[in-house]
Amino acid sequence: MTAARLREFVADTPAEEDSTLAAALSVLSQAFTVAEQPGAPGSGTHRRTWLDTFDWRLYKAGLTLQFEHARRGGRLLLSKADGTAQAEQLVTRWPRRPGLAEDLPDGPVRDRILVLTSPRALLPIVKAVSTVSVTRLLNGDGKTVARLITERVTVTAPTRNTAADITAELPPRLAVVEIRGYPGQARRAAALLAGVPGVSQASQGLFTAALTALGRHPADYTSGVDAEITGTMPAPVAVARLLLRLLDTIELNVPGVLRDIDTEFLHDFRVAVRRTRSAIKLLGEVLPADLAEHYKTEFKWLGDVTTPIRDLDVHLLGFDAMTEHLVAASPADLEPLRAFLIRRRAREFRRLAAALRGPRFRAIVQDWRKALLEIRDVDGPRRRRPTAAALALSTTGRAFRRIAARGSAITPASPPESLHDLRKRAKELRYLLEFFAPLHDPVAYRKVVSDLKQLQDCLGEFQDSEVQRHEIHTLADAMLAERAAPAATLLAMGEIAAQLALSQAEARAEFAARFGRFAGPAGRERVRVLLEGRP
Amino acid sequence: MKIFATYNIKGGVGKTTAAVNLAYLSAADGCRTLLWDLDPQGAASFLFRIKPRVKGGGKALIRGTKALDDAIKGTDFDRLDLLPADFTYRNMDLLLDTAGKTGAGARPTRKLARLLKPLAAEYDHVFLDCPPSISLVSENVMHAADVLLVPLIPTTLSVRTLDQLTEFVAGFNGRRPQVWAFFSMVDRRKNLHQEITRDLQSERPGVAATPIPALSMIERMSVERAPVAAFAPRSAAARAYRALWSEVQQDPKD
Repeated sequence: MTAARLREFVADTPAEEDSTLAAALSVLSQAFTVAEQPGAPGSGTHRRTWLDTFDWRLYKAGLTLQFEHARRGGRLLLSKADGTAQAEQLVTRWPRRPGLAEDLPDGPVRDRILVLTSPRALLPIVKAVSTVSVTRLLNGDGKTVARLITERVTVTAPTRNTAADITAELPPRLAVVEIRGYPGQARRAAALLAGVPGVSQASQGLFTAALTALGRHPADYTSGVDAEITGTMPAPVAVARLLLRLLDTIELNVPGVLRDIDTEFLHDFRVAVRRTRSAIKLLGEVLPADLAEHYKTEFKWLGDVTTPIRDLDVHLLGFDAMTEHLVAASPADLEPLRAFLIRRRAREFRRLAAALRGPRFRAIVQDWRKALLEIRDVDGPRRRRPTAAALALSTTGRAFRRIAARGSAITPASPPESLHDLRKRAKELRYLLEFFAPLHDPVAYRKVVSDLKQLQDCLGEFQDSEVQRHEIHTLADAMLAERAAPAATLLAMGEIAAQLALSQAEARAEFAARFGRFAGPAGRERVRVLLEGRP
Repeated sequence: MKIFATYNIKGGVGKTTAAVNLAYLSAADGCRTLLWDLDPQGAASFLFRIKPRVKGGGKALIRGTKALDDAIKGTDFDRLDLLPADFTYRNMDLLLDTAGKTGAGARPTRKLARLLKPLAAEYDHVFLDCPPSISLVSENVMHAADVLLVPLIPTTLSVRTLDQLTEFVAGFNGRRPQVWAFFSMVDRRKNLHQEITRDLQSERPGVAATPIPALSMIERMSVERAPVAAFAPRSAAARAYRALWSEVQQDPKD
């Protein structure tokens, strides 16, 4: 039995106005006997919820995930944007609350979405309640040759506070369902419907129509920097726009951080804070000096209060992968460490939440925005300052030269600190490139970023291994102090530390080649093309 | 895919009404079900208000120039489809025989089984409603079916027919269908009906405990043009078919 083909229409009028529907039935009755089918399969009230991650990972992958609520549990349905079904799975007691795909029972939907969504939680994006009625279209023999499905839909964009939910009523949707072996009759019914005034072919799926009605734009969140800047813009205006965009990201992630929905809210929050700090440091020359100085301190504080919990998140996210590499110890030996990390995270989370709810954070957000808006909107005398393009050129060139000089001085005998410092400089260059991405030639930009990324990965591996090894030692001390460390756990932690030392040594061995590619003659030429254009 | 076939050499014994109602109940249970009306008279097609006509006729289906899939019609009921009758089915014996000679090594008695194979992914249950006869068509049906449902009027002669059929099937090489006989058109007022029903059910394996009584509600099917289980779900007739359906889904008692 192949799935019934649908021909979908939508009424122009809201649902309370039944005249369009009456007109549709009247037109159809010219060709068919029209008979309501109360209690038909699929008729009645249906509730469904569309789910996606905060950063729209499923939508960006061309997928929609729908949960059809049943009396107990329901059905998860994954489809392509054009409505083609991809996978379905029955689930019980989910997803009333935001949930991780990992928490779903095994099944085809979980299998498909896990790699896409992890480690992000699935959030309800739109909820819909629809009332469906089925009308049979009969031929002269009284045989059903097509069905007309009428659906009245109320959609809601869920918010934290139910009373504040935004609700909209969609225009009624009509669909002609083909009965197998009677395609001509369905075509005829669809042609008749298309001629009814106030009825037009549905151009959007229900999910898209719901988003439109609720004023939501799909993929309206990205953690990237995509400020609207141009090369001719006064530099202070461009920098203010950049910083405002970063402040938006910070603020958008606060509710998710405070509800502890998933670890990526804090991660995105921290990246935006770090970018802000770099922007103040590297581009702050075009901002009022006292402003830059004050917020340098404030954003450092914000970075510091979020660090402990992010470090714990990184340990916990990578925990299973870490235990997979154990040779002598068993993964179970490390469970006391996991329990310790979870307890510590709960404590650190309370500290973080208190900071984000406190007056200092509120003041940063409000006053910083006010100051930036003033710079963005009140230009005038600042027109004499350099343009955004000139600022991009000077700061990016300077950052590259700094890396080239410091990196060239690193030898196998250099202390680890020299690589750590280089990592920071590389990160700053990366941020500068991202800030001014709209001003660069996309091809040249991609080439330079690709080289830089490889260097950063190597430096990151080197430093992260060292930091984590150091943390393992600190954690072991802390666990001992709390008498929470069985000997087997400490031995397993020792093995992990040894592995980290190996990774670090590997990264160190690779550094010269990666740096050579980035800052050697070819790499320099790619940067020159990026900044000056082709000869 | 499990294939059920209603078969009896005699006509008017309740084959079609059984096929229509059991197919309906199978679909109502959630199984994707197809009923193939093989009788050129097209009674099952009529009961589902579907025109007894197949484009290209039986010839196109048997020769494979038209896939069975393309001739299938949806009924008014969810998950229940019908492959309609066609008047050309009256020559099906001939068609099966010719197709056997021209087809690539296909034995004429296995042709229907081969035609049904591609539908396995689409349906859980297929019902074959056979014309009354003993012919190449019926032999094909017996080879294709997993379960032969044989309606019996409680008379001595029909019991003999069942014996003959059981013997015939037992002579098959390899795969044999299960034979499920059930009493049909039973008149409780007739002593002979009661006697034969009782005796045969206790004496023979493969005779269903549920009889289908002679009820006017079953005759009404031709007026309502629907399965009795659909238009009178609480009637005694619907209850009888439901009991029979749950019985014939199990292995016949030995």
